[in-house]
Amino acid sequence: MDYYAPESLSEALDILGRGGVTPLSGGTDFYPALTPGGPRQSLLDITRIAALHGISRQAGGWRIGAATTWSEIARAELPPAFDGLRAAAREVGARQIQNVGTVGGNICNASPAADGVPPLLTLDAEVEIAAAGGTRRMALSGFVTGVRQVALKPGEMVVALHLPDPPETAVGAFRKLGSRAYLVISIAMVAMVLRRDGAGRVDHARIAVGACSPVAQRLGALETALIGARPEEVRVTMANLGALQPIDDVRGSAAYRLDAVREVIARMLREAGDG
Amino acid sequence: MDKRLAPLTVFRLNGAEVAVAPRVGERLSESLRERLGARDVKVGCNAGDCGACTVLVDGDPVCACLMPAQQAAGREVETLAGLVAHEPLAAEMARRFEAQGAAQCGICTPGMMVSAVALLRAVPTPDERQVMDALGGVLCRCTGYRKIIDAVMGRAPAARQDELGHAGAAIEKLDGRPKVAGRERFGDDVAPADALVIRVIRSPYPRARFHFGDLAAFAARPGIAAVLTAADVPGRNLFGTIPGFIDQPVFAEAETRFRGEAVACVVGAPETMALFDPDDFPVNWEPLPDVQNMSDARGAGAPLLHRGRNGNVMCGGFVAHGDVDAALARADVVVEGRFETAFVEHAYIEPEAGFAEVVGGRVEVHACTQAPVMDLETLETVLGMDRAQIRVVPTAAGGGFGAKLDVSVQPFLTIAALKTGRPVRLAYERSESMQSTTKRHPADMRVRIGATQDGKICGLRFDGFFNTGAYASWGPTVANRVPVHASGPYRVPDYRAEATGIHTHCPPAGAFRGFGVPQAAVAQESLFDELADKLGIDRLDFRIRNALRNGEPTVCGQVFEQGVGIGACLEALRPAWETERAAAAVVNAQRDVVKRGVGIAAGWYGCGNTSLPNPSTIKAGVRVDGQIVLHQGAADIGQGANTVIAQIFAQALGVPVRALELVGGDTDVTPDAGKTSASRQTFVTGNAARLAGAALRAEILQRANAGDGATIVTGSGVIEVREDGRVQAIDLAALAEDTQGYVLRSEETYDPPTQPLDENGQGVPYAQFGYAAHLCVLEVDTALGTVTPVKFVAAHDVGRAINPLLVEGQVEGGIAQGMGMALMEEYLPGRTENLHDYLIPTIGDMPPVETLIIEEPDAHGPFGAKGLGEHVLIPTAPAILNAIRDATGVQMRKLPVTPSRLRAALKEADHG
Repeated sequence: MDYYAPESLSEALDILGRGGVTPLSGGTDFYPALTPGGPRQSLLDITRIAALHGISRQAGGWRIGAATTWSEIARAELPPAFDGLRAAAREVGARQIQNVGTVGGNICNASPAADGVPPLLTLDAEVEIAAAGGTRRMALSGFVTGVRQVALKPGEMVVALHLPDPPETAVGAFRKLGSRAYLVISIAMVAMVLRRDGAGRVDHARIAVGACSPVAQRLGALETALIGARPEEVRVTMANLGALQPIDDVRGSAAYRLDAVREVIARMLREAGDG
Repeated sequence: MDKRLAPLTVFRLNGAEVAVAPRVGERLSESLRERLGARDVKVGCNAGDCGACTVLVDGDPVCACLMPAQQAAGREVETLAGLVAHEPLAAEMARRFEAQGAAQCGICTPGMMVSAVALLRAVPTPDERQVMDALGGVLCRCTGYRKIIDAVMGRAPAARQDELGHAGAAIEKLDGRPKVAGRERFGDDVAPADALVIRVIRSPYPRARFHFGDLAAFAARPGIAAVLTAADVPGRNLFGTIPGFIDQPVFAEAETRFRGEAVACVVGAPETMALFDPDDFPVNWEPLPDVQNMSDARGAGAPLLHRGRNGNVMCGGFVAHGDVDAALARADVVVEGRFETAFVEHAYIEPEAGFAEVVGGRVEVHACTQAPVMDLETLETVLGMDRAQIRVVPTAAGGGFGAKLDVSVQPFLTIAALKTGRPVRLAYERSESMQSTTKRHPADMRVRIGATQDGKICGLRFDGFFNTGAYASWGPTVANRVPVHASGPYRVPDYRAEATGIHTHCPPAGAFRGFGVPQAAVAQESLFDELADKLGIDRLDFRIRNALRNGEPTVCGQVFEQGVGIGACLEALRPAWETERAAAAVVNAQRDVVKRGVGIAAGWYGCGNTSLPNPSTIKAGVRVDGQIVLHQGAADIGQGANTVIAQIFAQALGVPVRALELVGGDTDVTPDAGKTSASRQTFVTGNAARLAGAALRAEILQRANAGDGATIVTGSGVIEVREDGRVQAIDLAALAEDTQGYVLRSEETYDPPTQPLDENGQGVPYAQFGYAAHLCVLEVDTALGTVTPVKFVAAHDVGRAINPLLVEGQVEGGIAQGMGMALMEEYLPGRTENLHDYLIPTIGDMPPVETLIIEEPDAHGPFGAKGLGEHVLIPTAPAILNAIRDATGVQMRKLPVTPSRLRAALKEADHG
């Protein structure tokens, strides 16, 4: 067993391509899941690879390196459409977690309650995936395929997220509902990006809900209903929430989750209307 | 060619370059603690849930348990000890933590202070929200966080400088410095580097038959020193706490009774055990039908957990006074309800830990505990050894709250030390701590209360079942205590209360702050509000009208002619009750969805054992060099016994408290001060300290032929007695040194006067009660079912506050626990066995607390003092429930009141 900490992406991909390694970044999901006796295979620490870090402006959008931490995202200067993502960054666990936990790790861990996924869905995030043989991109909505399941093939890793420029003047928001103030796994969460035209009517809408289905979901029907309407006037119906399939667990009942999500969305829409 | 990190990881630790060779997967916390000796880094969960291990890496706070050690390469790592030693800001923070009483047990203190230093480097004068954001990742179970916030914000110190430090002085804790400097040594901090490591093999099923494979072959593996099972227990394979109920095996034999029960231990070299996977242990499990709740356990055909306990009934407690049926029949108004509470986990941040070794043929165990002498007595039976051959040395305890009254690691450690002849250590993982140690009993209670039109209680009937889990532990105490207390601190002439402990295949429920009384108070105090409303009487007035007074009998027929302080506690809440209710009405008139409510509730608690002897002994001596030494055996689990007992002793002796040298509860040198439970230490051990101080004073004064008004002054090699300008020196060198190295010595014992209860629970269960009343202001988001506590006002009759600062600390911490019990805490075996699924309040959940100290002196208490430790959370949960009802009209009867449950109840009550 080895601990690899390469400084270049190509080295990392070579190591990964040979198999038998677990990629590791902030460790915030890796260690809690570690069973007694320690890891059963080698570790590939990707945090020393410069290409995986940082937030940069690119033609037509933004690139966030997979090993970028939540603290870096929270501090970044980004357009208002990213406010939801930055708010989510400040609600991942607590400061200690945000300082090392990464956006790439968050999506690859594929928890239904991953705080990063709903805001990234509202930003139409694409995942850049690399392997020794080349890179590919796919939409985040297709990347997370189930509880703890992602569309990575052997030898592949996530290297970045690409976020196309949202419409100018679009504004993002995020709301997490939990049973305590910090260090809390969401009962439900809602991310939203809306743009209103000069008359206050929505002409761009993205709404995503987490912790209410195996994979966080966009609410397409509600987004459609919003187009052309003032946000505060749109009534959130149960039909709007059809994409969600919440479960009963220790954090709350399925019925509560739907009820609460509807209320949270309604409030966020009202606030968007006031804004 | 792969470029790998060299096997050596080099980084800077507190300013000095260090190099380690960690295993693949080794956590930075382990490297720091075990390879570099930085045991100021505390491990509470190994999952980033508690933040105790917080260190700074390149200035940023991170959980050292979540960072591969290799990631520290080339970086700057700072820990509490280094920060306090080198950085003025951290040294200042340490001073503030001491001055605010912000460190109780001290186990979270490194995480708190390191996080605070990072904040203050960036934001020198943070506001409260910034402090919460910065410290939100560190859990504390003792303080209720408010004093930590005060310390980080640099608010005016709460402690007072006081030269004498006697009763009434709000001095800093005498043992606080090591806690804020990173030098405190807890259960896992004391083992020698070469100690063997123990890993416990536990049942993955609530009930299972099991068969071992080839244990001899397993034990012969390289690096394995021993395998222990029931066959290796030298004495009786049973422990427990209550005579007649010693029913828990150290290792299960043939069949387990709860998930997480131990069946074996593996003892081996540290490097072997670091790689040991319990799944490799040769044991086969055969799951059997189990019962997880009380109704199943009581049902026909339910598997019987213990022979002779038919119907899975462990035992019951009963109190009857007057004729409750007749009283309820003549009542003008009757209310009734069924209330249910959950398993509550103690969730101290220090998991059970310790080490043991054989020294000169004797076995010595160093571990965190609330009851060193009880541990010794248990080991005597389990090891089958004479007690003279056993030594128990308590380490600092990182919280207790009741669960560290029972042994946990101690039998494993001592059996392993005796078997291997080597030092051995064991620290529970968070999950095994949660699976295997005791819990608060879930209660299922039916209560009926009547009152007459004049607002007087007329009959109270209580029937409660308490899920005591697989073994008795302190269950019998809960069954006995509840009926004595279920009336609340009120005059209830006609009363009948019965509490029954039921076995299930759940972890043993035992002692937890209040021993069942907080559960009973939930039912009784909730129904009091309903009763007051039906009568059209103000809820506070109704309580005051029925409050127990001096000269009135309790439900046990006990009459206190003095010291009953509940009326004063309730009256003290009146100003807040009136202003907060008025303020809530104004707020509520303007808002539809978020509603504000104000709730009150009261509580009482008898200090010490129920009608049973529970003596404490305190010893003190003067060495030939003039140093006064106080042997203080009351386990200080953060609450402050080391300080309070010393203050009492110092006053009785007549010297400044700082003149004392303290020796802890090492059973070789310190007499038994009893267990730290039942709110007994300030009262019982405090009295022993008062007597010991007075006896030593009398001897000194007699040798100086001085009167009682004389002043004792200690000095080097001499004690001076000053009286009316006359100075009399006692030449200590001229006195003979006794076998313990003292030239003067006193040792005194106090046992509270109680009398047995008869078959109806009538008698004198306690020599004193303490009293409490809480007011809670909170807001309910009726559309989301969330509850946000806004403020607590807590009135506590402590008789005499020996140390008002520590009183506040107890109150704030107790309220935080009561709040957790009311709103979020529910232990479900197999489901909430960690600190991210089992939630306790964080710093952002805890509102301000105003503590009103009421001093209604008690004739039995030292300088009038009463116990406090349990009282602090008894009224909290019902005050919260009553505030929720005040805000919404909905009476919640099942704890915890999660958003999901509250929203469902609100919907049922037509809140949209």
